[in-house]
Amino acid sequence: MANDLFIVIVGCGRLGSHLANQLSRAGHSVVVVDTDERAFGNLSPEYSGFRMEGDATEIAVLKQAKVGKADLLIATTRDDNVNLMVAQVAKTEFGIQRVLARVFEPQREAVYQRLGVETVCPTAVAAELFLKSIAKEGPA
Amino acid sequence: MRVLIVGGGRPVYFLCRTFLAKGHQVTLINRNQDECVQMARRLKATVVCGDGSDPAILEDAGAHGADAVLAFTPNDQDNLAVCQLATLQYAVPRTVALVNDPDNEAVFQKLGVTAFSTTRTIASMVEQRTALDEITNLIPVGEGKVNITEVKLQDASPVVGKTLRELSLPADSLIAVVLRNGEPIVPRGDTRLESGDHVVLITLPANHGPVLRAVTGETD
Repeated sequence: MANDLFIVIVGCGRLGSHLANQLSRAGHSVVVVDTDERAFGNLSPEYSGFRMEGDATEIAVLKQAKVGKADLLIATTRDDNVNLMVAQVAKTEFGIQRVLARVFEPQREAVYQRLGVETVCPTAVAAELFLKSIAKEGPA
Repeated sequence: MRVLIVGGGRPVYFLCRTFLAKGHQVTLINRNQDECVQMARRLKATVVCGDGSDPAILEDAGAHGADAVLAFTPNDQDNLAVCQLATLQYAVPRTVALVNDPDNEAVFQKLGVTAFSTTRTIASMVEQRTALDEITNLIPVGEGKVNITEVKLQDASPVVGKTLRELSLPADSLIAVVLRNGEPIVPRGDTRLESGDHVVLITLPANHGPVLRAVTGETD
């Protein structure tokens, strides 16, 4: 991955802020968007990107965050539908090549993959790791 | 027709009632348990309590085989998800989403979801009613590519006393119907326009302004 990407992260919770901190430290330009200003407290002191308070389901807010110029958008809010909507809008309306969305509900993941949104499902990932660990150790 | 409605509040209640009164079969999905109980008591509809963007709930509500799904929650993202799930997973032939942010109307259309914004509709209605009392936009046709407008002719209108043949309306415009004293007249070239006539105009967005000016005589 190049070192000078412009990345928009939607949602500054545990996952969003963690990604923002890491990507900012790696040298990328980062904008974090969250509806709650207090969420920006999760960012580390070294975070050198921008913070934007606003609802990313409003096109006007995405425009203000300069989503049109972004190389990558990651949607990490705790609401699946917000993530999926923002991801699709970023792709269709702003023409961003690469868009990632977190989706908790595994059943929704399948549908949205059909819509061309790259999704990460923490529930499925965690389940897989648990199952692997159980298979390796076997029952006690 | 089997209609599945997602949402709550008074607008949705009255919407359900309207559909039921027309003899449609209505299933309502609402997240709030108390509201569900209320709705179930007051409506002859099936009420399902849960998140309408959850595939399991949609399935419970009978999304398979529904003729239409209407998503009317206050959250645009939920309305989008409901409609996309209904289309993709349950092959519902017709879905409609309410958009709260008027900007999302165009975006949803691009994403393949039929959407409308009450904000925009109400705003434009209020604008027209307050600005020009004699002009009423009836309906946009073909996603706004055609306007149908009703204009009441005032004494000062330059078209009053003229036959249609004598008018020089801009190209791509048509006086479709004249309502005189409540009676409809489908006009021909020799129909003479009178003050107080309501004329129904068909225009395109490009010539809408010029046609209105030609008919009302107003110059702004």
